[in-house]
Amino acid sequence: MKIAAALAAIVVALALQTTLAGLVFRGTAALDFVLVVVIYISLVAGPGTGLLAGSVAGLIQDSLSSGILGIGGLAKTIVGFLAGLIGTQFIVTAPLSRFMVFVLGTALHAVIFMGLYVLLDLRQFPDPYGGVAGQALGNGFVGVVGFQLIEWLPGFVARRRAGRPLRR
Amino acid sequence: MALADIRQRPGMLLAAAIVGHLILISAQVQTASGLPVLQTMTFGAFSEVQRGTMSIVDGVRGVWFGYVALQEVQRENASLKQEVQTLQVRLQEERALAQRTDNLRQLLELRERAGLETTAAEIIAAGASPEFRTVTIDKGESEGLAADMAVISPAGVVGRVILASGRASKVQLLIDRNAAAGAMVERTRTQGVVVGFGDGSLRMQYVPGTSDVKTGDLVVTSGIDGIYPKGFVIGTIENVDRGPGSYHEISVRPAVDFSRLEEVLVVRTPPLSKQVPEGGDK
Repeated sequence: MKIAAALAAIVVALALQTTLAGLVFRGTAALDFVLVVVIYISLVAGPGTGLLAGSVAGLIQDSLSSGILGIGGLAKTIVGFLAGLIGTQFIVTAPLSRFMVFVLGTALHAVIFMGLYVLLDLRQFPDPYGGVAGQALGNGFVGVVGFQLIEWLPGFVARRRAGRPLRR
Repeated sequence: MALADIRQRPGMLLAAAIVGHLILISAQVQTASGLPVLQTMTFGAFSEVQRGTMSIVDGVRGVWFGYVALQEVQRENASLKQEVQTLQVRLQEERALAQRTDNLRQLLELRERAGLETTAAEIIAAGASPEFRTVTIDKGESEGLAADMAVISPAGVVGRVILASGRASKVQLLIDRNAAAGAMVERTRTQGVVVGFGDGSLRMQYVPGTSDVKTGDLVVTSGIDGIYPKGFVIGTIENVDRGPGSYHEISVRPAVDFSRLEEVLVVRTPPLSKQVPEGGDK
C-alpha cells in the first residue's frame, strides 16, 4: 500500500514537473517536485525505501528527459538514502529542520547531477550557484508546505466531518 | 516480502543501486577515444585486477627465486668456488709452464749461439750449508757430466761442476767464497780474476791500478782458467776503488740472479786442463 502510494506520489510529481517545466530560475528549474517527493518519502519511510524511490523516480525522470539515463537516478538514489538516514537518526519534525533537509538534499543532488555531467564532459553548467540555491529554497518551501498540508489535511477532514450537521 | 527484506539492508541496497546506475550511465557515455565508458571502465578495472594478479605472481616468484631457491644457489656457489680454485691452480700451472718454456727457449738459443756441446739440466736442490753456495742439478755422469765443467745460463756464468754422481751433480756457484774465474773487462780487455765473496757479490782481483776500468763496464770470462769458455758474461762493475796496493779493488754485480735459477746448461766440452793434447796419451 505504501509502495503504491509512493509510486502515485512520484507520478503526480512527474506530472507537475512536466507541467511546470517552464518555471525556470537562472537557467535551473525553480522547483524539482520529483526530488521533493523523494525526500519526503525518505523522511517518512527510511533510507531503504528512500533510495528505491529515488532510484525509480530518477530513472523515470531521466527517461523522460534527453539526458543520460541513470545520472539523475543515481543522484536521487543517494539523496534518498541520506535523507532517509537522517530521518531515522534524527528527529526531523520541526519545519525548519525539514526545510534544511530539503535544501541540503537539493544541493547534494545538484552537486552529484552536475558533477557527473561535467566529469563525463557531457555538459557544462556555467555559474550554477544561484540557480541551485533558488531551487533549494523553492524545494525547501514546497517540501515544508507539503509536509504541513499532508499532516494537517487528515485532521482538517476529520474536524470538518465532526462539525457537519446531520441532515434528516 | 522480498522487497521489505531488502529494504532492511539499505547499505547493500545503496551499493547495488549505485553500481547499477554507474553501469547504466557507462553504457551510454563514450570516452574521448570513442569507446564506451562501460567498456573502458571494465577494461580499466580488469586491467587493475590483472596488474594485481601479476604483482602477486611476481611477488611469489620473487620470494621463490630470492629466498627458497637460494639453497640451489648456495650449492651452485660452492661448486663455482671450487671451480674457481681449480682454475686458479691450473692458471698457476700454465703460467709456470709458460715460464719454464721461456727459460728453455732461452737455453736453446744460448746453446745455438755458443756453439758448444752442452747438456741442459734442471736445478733440483740448493746447497745444504749456507756457507757454501752450491746447487744440485739433475744430470750426472750418465749424461757425460764431469767435474770442472762450466755451468752457464742465458744471463751469464753460473759456476762449475764440482762433483758428478750417476744422475746428479753438485755445482759450485760463482758467488761461492771459494769460486773463481778468469775474467776480463770487455771494453778494455783488461784481465783479472773474479772471485766469489760469499755474500752474493763478486770481486775482480789482480787488475792493475793503471788499467782503464770504470763503473758499468761489462766483465766477461777470459777463458784463461781452462774451465769457463771465453766471452761469457760474468757481471757489471759496480764500484772501482784504488786499493792500498798496486791493484784496483773492483766490485762486480753478477749478471745471473742466482736466487731465481731453474735451468742451466752444462758445457760438456772438456776443460782445457783435462783435454788430451793431440798425439798425446790419455
